[in-house]
Amino acid sequence: MTLTLSPASPPPASLQPQGWLRYLSFSTDHKVIGLQYLVCGFLFYLVGGALAGAIRTELLTPISDFLPRETYNEVLTLHGTVMIFLWIVPVVNGAFGNYLIPFYVGARDMAFPRLNAVAFWLIPPAGLLLISSYFIASAAQSGWTAYPPLSLTTPATGQIIWILSVLLLGGSSIFGGINFIATILKLRRPGLKLMQLPMYCWAMLGTSILVVLSTPVLAGTLVLLSFDIIAHTGFFNPSLGGNAVVYQHLFWFYSHPAVYIMVLPAFGLVSEILPVHARKPLFGYTTMVYSIMGIVFLGLIVWAHHMFTSGTPPWMRLFFTIATSFIAVPTGIKFFNWLATLWGGKIALNSAMLFSCGFIFNFVFGGITGVALAQVPFDIHVHDTYFVVGHFHYIVYGGTVFVIFASIYHWYPKVTGRLLNEPLGQLHFLLTFIGFNLCFAPQHWMGLNGMPRRVAEYDPQFELINQVSSVGALLMAISTLPFLINVVLSAYRGAPAGDNPWNALTPEWLTTSPPPVENWHGEPPLVEEPYGYGVEPGELSLAATSGREIWAVGDPDRKP
Amino acid sequence: MRIPAAILTLLAGMALVLTGLWVGQNINLLPEDASLNAPVYDELFKVLFSIGTILLIGIAGLIVYSLVRFRRVNGDHGDGVAIEGNLPLEILWTAIPAIVVLFVGIYSYDIYERMGGMAPLNDHSMHAMHGDAAEGRTWAGISPVAQGADASEPTLPVEVTAMQFAFIFHYPEADITSGELHVPVGQPVALTMKANDVIHAFWVPQFRLKQDIIPGQPTLLSFTATKAGRYPIVCAELCGPYHGGMRSTVIVDEPQTFADWVAQNSPAPAPAAPTAIQS
Amino acid sequence: MTSLSSSPDQRREALEPQVGEHQGAEHHGDYRMFGLATFLVADGMTFAGFFAAYLTFRAVNPLPSGATYELELLLPTINTVILLVSSFTFHRAGAALRQNDVTRCQRWLLITAALGFSFLAGQMKEYFSLPFGLTDNLFASTFYAITGFHGLHVTLGGLMILIVWWQSRRGGRVSNGDHFPLEAAELYWHFVDGIWVVLYGILYLL
Repeated sequence: MTLTLSPASPPPASLQPQGWLRYLSFSTDHKVIGLQYLVCGFLFYLVGGALAGAIRTELLTPISDFLPRETYNEVLTLHGTVMIFLWIVPVVNGAFGNYLIPFYVGARDMAFPRLNAVAFWLIPPAGLLLISSYFIASAAQSGWTAYPPLSLTTPATGQIIWILSVLLLGGSSIFGGINFIATILKLRRPGLKLMQLPMYCWAMLGTSILVVLSTPVLAGTLVLLSFDIIAHTGFFNPSLGGNAVVYQHLFWFYSHPAVYIMVLPAFGLVSEILPVHARKPLFGYTTMVYSIMGIVFLGLIVWAHHMFTSGTPPWMRLFFTIATSFIAVPTGIKFFNWLATLWGGKIALNSAMLFSCGFIFNFVFGGITGVALAQVPFDIHVHDTYFVVGHFHYIVYGGTVFVIFASIYHWYPKVTGRLLNEPLGQLHFLLTFIGFNLCFAPQHWMGLNGMPRRVAEYDPQFELINQVSSVGALLMAISTLPFLINVVLSAYRGAPAGDNPWNALTPEWLTTSPPPVENWHGEPPLVEEPYGYGVEPGELSLAATSGREIWAVGDPDRKP
Repeated sequence: MRIPAAILTLLAGMALVLTGLWVGQNINLLPEDASLNAPVYDELFKVLFSIGTILLIGIAGLIVYSLVRFRRVNGDHGDGVAIEGNLPLEILWTAIPAIVVLFVGIYSYDIYERMGGMAPLNDHSMHAMHGDAAEGRTWAGISPVAQGADASEPTLPVEVTAMQFAFIFHYPEADITSGELHVPVGQPVALTMKANDVIHAFWVPQFRLKQDIIPGQPTLLSFTATKAGRYPIVCAELCGPYHGGMRSTVIVDEPQTFADWVAQNSPAPAPAAPTAIQS
Repeated sequence: MTSLSSSPDQRREALEPQVGEHQGAEHHGDYRMFGLATFLVADGMTFAGFFAAYLTFRAVNPLPSGATYELELLLPTINTVILLVSSFTFHRAGAALRQNDVTRCQRWLLITAALGFSFLAGQMKEYFSLPFGLTDNLFASTFYAITGFHGLHVTLGGLMILIVWWQSRRGGRVSNGDHFPLEAAELYWHFVDGIWVVLYGILYLL
């Protein structure tokens, strides 16, 4: 008797987009969402960079001769807002966080995948809304800080659009924060303890706590500001009985933690990159965790160091000086730990490592000027000058953006399955490092000697040094080219990377490049020692270390 | 036999500290100082600059040294040494920054006090010096003069109005209104500042003093100029499209020159008032 | 989960919509309540910002002459009691559901919704009886902003209760065993109640 099997019915036509179309869809896959955040964020980076180019072009001469004055103020407002809310916060949190965290906790996806997709899809409309305000009416022109009464007297439409856009972006950030906290605390695979997590998880946990606690305060403040603009209430309008300084307190209660929201994830990413390319464990895991928590706690109680000239009482200024100064201690610990991770290693001088080392140098520079700014008497002279502009660009660009680049060089092989071109990457690093320092180092001198910020015209004594700074900015713009060429060409012609080109130990490297939809074929691996690099003391003639099992990562014949 | 690494490190450290101290004392990044509190500020700056130089060169040196000394040789697929921590070392590099930061904080408090920044607001001496009545609260102020103010030293009160996009100076005693701030050398000046529209800020880089002028909040700022000359007054808070052009000048004169200026600019005495309108 | 004969595309497709829900109660417990609780922390911080602003305004900004911080207390106190009782009735609804008595649960839900909407009615009555409007002075503006924001939350909560009631009809999600909508709505309602207690203390009693 023959048995006739009816042919399997063809699979139903897929309702899910396939291939690259997934990246334009409402996908709930954390890897897709992570890349959506990354590419979208990078596009806004280019927009923000163009705005910066306009600023540096205006500043080539001491008079206002490039843009109409109102337009210049719109440009500087949009530059800050775009860079913070549409580039850095979404990328270090949303892009890398979403891509990596599920791998690190041994999960197939984030805790709330649909919330994740919603959080991402808030960003493009909010960003387009913000940028379109420039073309609709006029964009906001009171700076990204939107201090009243100025923000109450400039054209209302642009300011309201700005408020709406920031509210949407803040909401996106909060949804992301909720997702990260739940995933890290609740979704760890069985057997994986908190103190076995890669450091990036701790960094994202701390960051998400800051997001959840501080972003809502900004939302409430902007709602009150919008009432002042639309309904003519007087919350922050002194002529109606209100208080402009209360706005500053509320605004900075979020916006100071915001800088840690921009920087802590970068700290986490560096902690992942350095051990792999130095072939050594991350130094001081436990103190790194405590430092992150210390920074989170202190970060919430230092906001008024942005207000030292606003008429706060002397005791308040003193408190905030001391508290701000203390953040240098846990931050310093992290930097010494990274240096100790490099020390005695076998350091590969590749692009990821170069950008990481550039980060260390730049951030230490920015941190030094930060400790100086924390001191009230010092700040009195340099508040609202180019000294501050120099300081924070060393932190956000020299710090976080350098880490973003390092991370792209590090994880591109995992995401695409191909290696980036190393010589192009090193050229990218050189141009970026030189251009960046050339642009922002002179700005400290400008501020010390009398140039305020947010101006299109300045004392002619600053003309030459401004031109030097603008040349640096041009170099930074040019440096984007080798990077873009590299990223695009390598996607098609890069050398195949294999599963684990860096011989790394964290879970994302223990699967294919690119990973499958379910992250691993089979069970998620349990990695109890994510930084288990290094050889036993007996094999090297050095001072004793803790005895531990060898993970023969160095053996080229052994499969990871 | 090679020189022990510990000795080389000690020498490098000493060279580093000496370099930092030298840089702080000798490389001048600031404009000239023209007020009583400016040299106090500069002291703090030099200390911060020294510490910063030491840190930056030290860390940059460590990075470069590591990248050179510990670079991976081609073909070496081995790992570095598996050191995961060193508690005594970590305690050391926690304690030292904590002490440095604490020292800097306390030192800067002392500097701030000497600059007059700790003057309590709503203090009688502040009001007395600034001449205005005790109407409403005092909101802000650096009052170097309040600290150890000599009762015999007369202060020169000036009312400053900040508006989009100019500073207007009014001398209540002489009834002069001017677009520039004239002050005599060596005499304490007490500025009572108000803003008409949005937040502005009064900044004289050569005095190392800055104060935001916030609408609705009377603001006090005092200083004593020490060098004759013309110095810029810069608005240091975004106040609109002409923010960059909102500048003035403080002209510090010798006392006699100042007195002449006052005399020349005071309004003429009013003619005898008519007793009735003659039709 | 996947059949041996399916193609990679089929497998991927079969998995993709489920990847999000695959890891769930069997390993980790239901963390949706945890997510909601985190969200409520964030929401609470918005109110915290408003309260901080209010207290600072009170400490620092004088009211124009004639204006006062005094408020009529009878109606708001009744409203407070209504809200507190509604938390209790919501709790009863949850208890009933856990005992699988869906009918009793629905009854308690409707009572809670009724109490919630009468709170809102009371709030409206209070608004119309107040001597000041939104822009009259700083206290007035802050009062309406904070109570209005809270009232918005009550409205959303009331709608959520009605949705849960709908989902607990025969064949609905809640009556079929998924208690999450009710538990979530209940937690949210207790949160809104808690915020009101703080608001009542700060705005009305202080």
